[in-house]
Amino acid sequence: MVLVLAIGDLHVPHRAPDLPAKFKSMLVPGKIQHIICTGNLCIKEVHDYLKSLCPSLHITRGEYDEDSRYPETKTLTIGQFKLGLCHGHQVVPWGDLDSLAMLQRQLDVDILVSGHTHQFKAYKHEAGVVINPGSATGAYSSITYDVNPSFVLMDIDGLRVVVYVYELIDGEVKVDKIDFKKTSTATM
Amino acid sequence: MLLSDAMEDEEKWLAEGIAGIQHNAFYMHRALDANNLREALKYSAQLLSELRTSRLSPHKYYELYMRAFDELRKLEMFFKEEERHGCSVMDLYELVQHAGNILPRLYLLCTVGSVYIKSKEAPAKDVLKDLVEMCRAVQHPIRGLFLRSYLAQISRDKLPDIGSDYEGDGDTVMDAVEFVLQNFSEMNKLWVRMELQCLYYIHFGDPELRPSFGLSGLQGPARVRDKMEKERNELRDLVGKNLHVLSQIEGIDLDLYKETVLPRVLEQVVNCKDELAQYYLMDCLIQVFPDEYHLQTLETLLGACPQLQPTVDIKTVLSQLMERLSSYAASSPEVLPEFLQVEAFAKLSNAIGKVIETQGDMPIVGSITLYVSLLTFTLRVHPDRLDYVDQVLGLCVKKLANKPKLEDSRATKQVVALLSAPLEKYSDIVTSLTLSNYPRVMDHLDNGTNKIMAMVIIQSIMMNHAYVSSADKVEVLFELIKGLIKDLEGDSDDEFDEEDFNEEQNSVSRVIHVLYNDDPEEMLKIICTVRKHIMAGGPRRLPFTIPPLVFSALKLIRRLQNQDGDAAGEDNPATPRKIFQLLNQMIKCSSLGLEGWAETIEALSYVPSPELALRLYLQCAEAANDCDLEPVAYEFFTQAFVLYEEEIADSKAQVTAIHLIIGTLQRTNVFGVENRDTLTHKATGYSAKLLKKPDQCRAVYACSHLFWVDDQDGIKDGERVLLCLKRALRIANAAQQMASVARGSSGPVTLFVEILNKYLYYFEKGNPQITSAAIQGLIELIKTEMQSDTVTPDQTSDAFFACTLRYIQFQKQKGGAMGEKFDTIKV
Repeated sequence: MVLVLAIGDLHVPHRAPDLPAKFKSMLVPGKIQHIICTGNLCIKEVHDYLKSLCPSLHITRGEYDEDSRYPETKTLTIGQFKLGLCHGHQVVPWGDLDSLAMLQRQLDVDILVSGHTHQFKAYKHEAGVVINPGSATGAYSSITYDVNPSFVLMDIDGLRVVVYVYELIDGEVKVDKIDFKKTSTATM
Repeated sequence: MLLSDAMEDEEKWLAEGIAGIQHNAFYMHRALDANNLREALKYSAQLLSELRTSRLSPHKYYELYMRAFDELRKLEMFFKEEERHGCSVMDLYELVQHAGNILPRLYLLCTVGSVYIKSKEAPAKDVLKDLVEMCRAVQHPIRGLFLRSYLAQISRDKLPDIGSDYEGDGDTVMDAVEFVLQNFSEMNKLWVRMELQCLYYIHFGDPELRPSFGLSGLQGPARVRDKMEKERNELRDLVGKNLHVLSQIEGIDLDLYKETVLPRVLEQVVNCKDELAQYYLMDCLIQVFPDEYHLQTLETLLGACPQLQPTVDIKTVLSQLMERLSSYAASSPEVLPEFLQVEAFAKLSNAIGKVIETQGDMPIVGSITLYVSLLTFTLRVHPDRLDYVDQVLGLCVKKLANKPKLEDSRATKQVVALLSAPLEKYSDIVTSLTLSNYPRVMDHLDNGTNKIMAMVIIQSIMMNHAYVSSADKVEVLFELIKGLIKDLEGDSDDEFDEEDFNEEQNSVSRVIHVLYNDDPEEMLKIICTVRKHIMAGGPRRLPFTIPPLVFSALKLIRRLQNQDGDAAGEDNPATPRKIFQLLNQMIKCSSLGLEGWAETIEALSYVPSPELALRLYLQCAEAANDCDLEPVAYEFFTQAFVLYEEEIADSKAQVTAIHLIIGTLQRTNVFGVENRDTLTHKATGYSAKLLKKPDQCRAVYACSHLFWVDDQDGIKDGERVLLCLKRALRIANAAQQMASVARGSSGPVTLFVEILNKYLYYFEKGNPQITSAAIQGLIELIKTEMQSDTVTPDQTSDAFFACTLRYIQFQKQKGGAMGEKFDTIKV
């Protein structure tokens, strides 16, 4: 069992002062094996904070990120799954599932994690999964109205991945669970 | 003679003294065993004669004294048993007075006196009075202090206190008080006299005194003084013990304390005019008596403070007092009315003022430390009295007025403590903002500390998760943190530390998010206030401060927009006037807001953050689109394009920027045909002009989405989509050829596969211009390219192509309309 935190679009301090205190108290070092961050952190402090949670930190570049060393896309393999990471502002129309599916094919990954829209999404698409962890700070977005802070935890175990969505609604943390099974290893 | 020699000598003298005591004690014990009173008195007097030495320092004298004390206990036991010596206690009292030397005589007299009181053959008060008077005969400080200490020791369980065995028959608690007070006064005088002795020795080198301090005349006066001061200090508890005894007398109630004990003690303290004694005794007084008494006698107690010597460390004494009183207040809510009744705050504040006035040369840090204590007191005792807090800050301002900025780091530290205290106390930070003297105190800090304090303020606000909810409060806040908001006079570039600066500005950026009010009108005022302040921040700060403000304004616009929806859906027609009014305000605010923001962001284009400015313009453009304000949205796009043309030179930055422009434009629906054409034309044009062919290709096929918006009312111009895709294909071809020329082999076919995917996208969406034949052609093209010898094998593109073909297969197998559509494509 591997726990992967998918998080992004924090926009600190442009659009939000910090991560919600409730999230901060939940996210503690030592529990998570990998963090994949879609980008728009935007400052080094946030990078350092994520790094303090887990040293295995993978970030792609959002359009507001100071650090120009983050790549535009990134792929990594965790267990039986190949994961792709991209902020998503490069994929027009923004947040469009069919367009993201093309990126998924291009990166040849089972799970594509992207951000930008600030709206949590998790689709089963063809043989894979497309996930958007939303904005961890609930930052303002021109695309999505009434953004709730959210992040995603993926529990990867063999051919199965359980996606937990943590969302902060009116000060209360709500959890949703979505289960995916990889039917074949054809894409591997 | 060196110091070490002097110490050796002292050891020798002590050893001699102890030997003397032991020798005489031996004979005294023999006499006691034989019940021989005369011999016992003789040897005990000789034994006590050893205490007549003036060669020992207080420390060594104490050792000697304790030896004698132990022997006296045995003698006292003997005195108590009349049948052993056959002498009545009254006779015994007369008898011991025949001892030759005064010191042994008085020790013996005290010892018998103790037995005398216990026998109750005479009133305790008479015996005590007699003893305390007689002891005056010894005026040598050390000898006198120890003798009286002995008197205090043997008498403490025989005082005519309320409820004690010795009360009654005319003996009252008053007598006990009188006795202890008198002994206290005499002891204090002796103690103070040591200081005089020290002076005599320094000034006149009195050889008689020299040995008693174990010092040589060759040592400098400063050293001598230090040593003597230290030795004197060692004796302070002998004097203070009397205050302990007083505090334990049950019969001293508040009235007696107020009327007699306190005035008499203070009289002695003030009149002795001795720095060491005054500090110690004031401190002792505060420590030993109950807080309730202090509170009820505050005026008297504080009244003594300005009368003390100017060098007395009165701030520590007062701090202790306030600390104790605040703990007392915290102990029970029932005592709070007492504080109000006696006007504790006013009295303390007055006393501090007077002390600072009288102690003219008290360093500034001393005064501020006093204010910190007073502030701590009032925060703990009267948390609801903000006016008190402000008063204390006001006193501090007064003290600092007309003085240059603080340079003493300890004083600065105290001012920071003073300013931090209210922040820590009030969870609602806004409370502190209402303190009018707060910014005035801050003005006295040096720039560096001022910034640190501003950071502390921001951190407090952030920690409390509370909004600063009015323009007025925001105004005050920015006044407090102005050290971060703009360059201060005297800021120098030499000390500029980029890391610190970034951290500070990020904090300012954060705090802007908590300047918030639900009421749009007030919110707009807040935004205008923030804007006014941050615009003064100069080009280095704007990239930090503008974005949060822009987003704050965009949030407000969105809120107004939402209310619009609600209002329109409102069925109740009873208040149309209200709705119109609201609408009017909203539109005005929106447009004002947006146009105001354009001006603000324009400032950004002067600073070296054109990329950031471009992003903000696009955000505003989309918000204007959502508000249905076409000209405003158009203006924002124009600004974005101007920046793109003039300011963004880096090719990588251009790629990102053009994708953001395309992405935003794709989402806007407010534009009429003409405006839309202008903007899409520009976007496509710039896409095709990017530096690298692959970037051109990708941007151009992204532009195809500008002509096909996949929702009900979206534009669907299949022809222009096809034009874009064909153009992208041409660029991909050119890229392939360029690679072939440059490296002798063609580049990866990934661009073709990407375009194929775009074809598939529009094919699925039902764009009539995209045919299965075209798709088939593209597939064949890619296959040919891949099999060509010149192509560099590339796993990524191979996998991408394989995935794409698998996808087509997947769609074919889906069945239904989509399956049918894909049926003609062969893979």
